[in-house]
Amino acid sequence: MRCIKLVGIILLFVSSMAVAGDGKLIGTAGLNTIEGSGGGGIVPWATLSGYDTRDQISASAFITQVSLPDYRLNVIGANISLFDRAEFSVARQVFGLTSLGGEITQSIYGAKVRLYGDVIYSDWPQISIGLQYKDLEDTAVAQLLGSDDTKGTDFYVAATKVHLGVVAGYNLVWNVSGRLTKANQLGLLGFGGATNDDYELMLEASAGVLFSRHFAAGMEYRQKPDNLGVGEDDWIDVFITYIPSKRVNFTMAWADLGSIAGVPAQKGLYLSVGGQLW
Amino acid sequence: MVKGLLFIAVCGLLFVTGCVSRSETLYVQLGGQAKIDEVVKNFVREIEFNNEILPFFADTNIDRFTEKFAQQLCVFADGPCDYTGDSMEQVHGGMHITEAQFNLTVDLFITAMDKANVPHRLQNQLISRMTFTRKQMLYK
Repeated sequence: MRCIKLVGIILLFVSSMAVAGDGKLIGTAGLNTIEGSGGGGIVPWATLSGYDTRDQISASAFITQVSLPDYRLNVIGANISLFDRAEFSVARQVFGLTSLGGEITQSIYGAKVRLYGDVIYSDWPQISIGLQYKDLEDTAVAQLLGSDDTKGTDFYVAATKVHLGVVAGYNLVWNVSGRLTKANQLGLLGFGGATNDDYELMLEASAGVLFSRHFAAGMEYRQKPDNLGVGEDDWIDVFITYIPSKRVNFTMAWADLGSIAGVPAQKGLYLSVGGQLW
Repeated sequence: MVKGLLFIAVCGLLFVTGCVSRSETLYVQLGGQAKIDEVVKNFVREIEFNNEILPFFADTNIDRFTEKFAQQLCVFADGPCDYTGDSMEQVHGGMHITEAQFNLTVDLFITAMDKANVPHRLQNQLISRMTFTRKQMLYK
């Protein structure tokens, strides 16, 4: 609740500032990940979450749900993006244990800085670095599974590039990210554990084709650590995204999240709606 | 591990698809000078109806712009033309074009191509040959 108030104050403050912005080309702001940072769906990209250019600011919000056989993840979040340079995000995750009963709540505060480039116009990919501070509120399951911590910070570097007209005339977008993390299942199961308690470098990647100015389809991959020794699997998803305008985007994906907390074969539908507020 | 390999396999497939090329020039695929002239005519009309971009053309000789921009597009598309206009730096110097204004003009150009029924895939290929000019125009 406290964080929501804080976001409200920041949003009010920012909205009173100069120019609200939608000066980027449609689609180039990307989407919002389940951890709040701008990106694809499960992988943070070098793109910032809003359509602001270097003279503008923007704010956006999103909701996402992932429905799995034994779990359901609900995420609500918001970002502000400043002068196509920095992004600040907050996300609240509620992970429902639909088979066991109960839920696990986590807040994630993110910051990202664009270091170089433009996803379309620069010769080399756009590069950003970021962090995600994660604060797990419901700690019982994490402790039961033997995790070491209930708070943690991920650090990542991401490179993203759009290549115009290269896939039989269609535009191609790709992203590669490296993440230093101790998080178990995003942090929902705590940080570190009996098997490993050190930061590990995880590789994440996305690739997609833009079939028009408004439709994209692609795939994402996210490597995961297994600190708890319960067989945490890498994640993968295939997605389609509809971006009717810079104001709103819709994404549907099929996500294979593997084994979660020892329960295998967690595959299901990922639905997300995001939009730019100004 | 399996998922990582699967991801790499799909990316490889995209790459292979990207390598299938056609031997005709983009100029021919677009429909030659007639189509380029149509796009330029539409583009001028889009600019005329856009209050943010029109002021940049206040001192522009539209007939000359139409001729030179058509030449330039022809060259970008590997057509049988020579560009005889001024450099992008000369034309845009002192205009202080912002990133948002630049992208808005790109949108107008895309609309101009849409209205001339240029297929999306050819639009992308033409734009990809134009992007290098951005750094000659922005904030000059």
